[in-house]
Amino acid sequence: MSTREQLLTVALLAIATMLTRFLPFAVFSSGKPVPRIVSYLGKALPPAIFSMLVVYCLRSVDILAGSHGIPELLAVSVTAGVHLLKRQTLLSIIAGTACYMLLLQLVF
Amino acid sequence: MNGKGGQALTALKAAFPHTIPILTGFLVLGTAHGVLMKVAGFSWWWPLLTSVAIFGGSLEFVATSLLQAPFAPLQSFLTGLLVQARHLFYGIAMLDRYRSMGRKKPVMIFELCDETFSINCTVDVPEGVDRGLFMFFVGLLDQSYWVAGSLLGGLLGDFLPFDTTGMDFAMTAMFVVIALEQWLKDDRHFSALSGLFCSLAALLAFEPDSFLIPAMILILAALLLGRRVYGDGGEEAGS
Repeated sequence: MSTREQLLTVALLAIATMLTRFLPFAVFSSGKPVPRIVSYLGKALPPAIFSMLVVYCLRSVDILAGSHGIPELLAVSVTAGVHLLKRQTLLSIIAGTACYMLLLQLVF
Repeated sequence: MNGKGGQALTALKAAFPHTIPILTGFLVLGTAHGVLMKVAGFSWWWPLLTSVAIFGGSLEFVATSLLQAPFAPLQSFLTGLLVQARHLFYGIAMLDRYRSMGRKKPVMIFELCDETFSINCTVDVPEGVDRGLFMFFVGLLDQSYWVAGSLLGGLLGDFLPFDTTGMDFAMTAMFVVIALEQWLKDDRHFSALSGLFCSLAALLAFEPDSFLIPAMILILAALLLGRRVYGDGGEEAGS
């Protein structure tokens, strides 16, 4: 896309973000109850959306060709494994990324 | 003047220690965000722009991908809305605490990210410190760490002394960690599984560049149908 379209995309993402931040303050007051559907979605959406984003990150992996998604599978396993062991976000991210870079540069 | 400035300084000094864990996290992830954008071919000012204008880590990482794909304004906007939808929840929880903040209020709402929320929602402001200024500085400090990291990454991206092939996996790893945390926090796993299977189904049926909108529609439908699994969630309202 052109630079103009890229700037427009950033603007749309910024507007979407600000809508989610400002809307509650514009629409609700602390006295009135919040519609149940809103509080339900606020609670129920995050796990689904972050699972979706994992799929989004891996959307171009082709298990039928190339390296068959093996480096991705290994690196995701390392990330999750390190995280379950240590529960330190930065450490898990660095371990998984280093694993993927080594696999891509040295093995595949 | 002196009194007001002194008050601000006191609040800043009280707020800073609470943000130190965010300082390290945001500097590292912000730098990663800057480096990834730079490595993807964007100028150094792009990560600066996204971190000032959007200021939402997850979405900024996703933005790097969206900006390299064909122009898709509706998909981008809806992705932004759903990735950031959790902020609705933060706003609702902060209605009371952010009331009567005067001119600071719009800035404080603008800067209400996950980390600022988690501090401001739970912290006991020390006695003698202005509550509004304290919470204002938590937000300001957190955003400045993120912006500084992004700028640093954008500037350093070209000078990394090693092969950066595969470094974009940092974004995948970050979402794997967040999704895993979400999974561990919710013992019914209905939402996480809906997200996973709806996305995979949409990816099979559509192209990688266009599967997000169908995936989001399927997820919303699944969550609305499965509302009973979560017992409605109404108890969170207004508290």
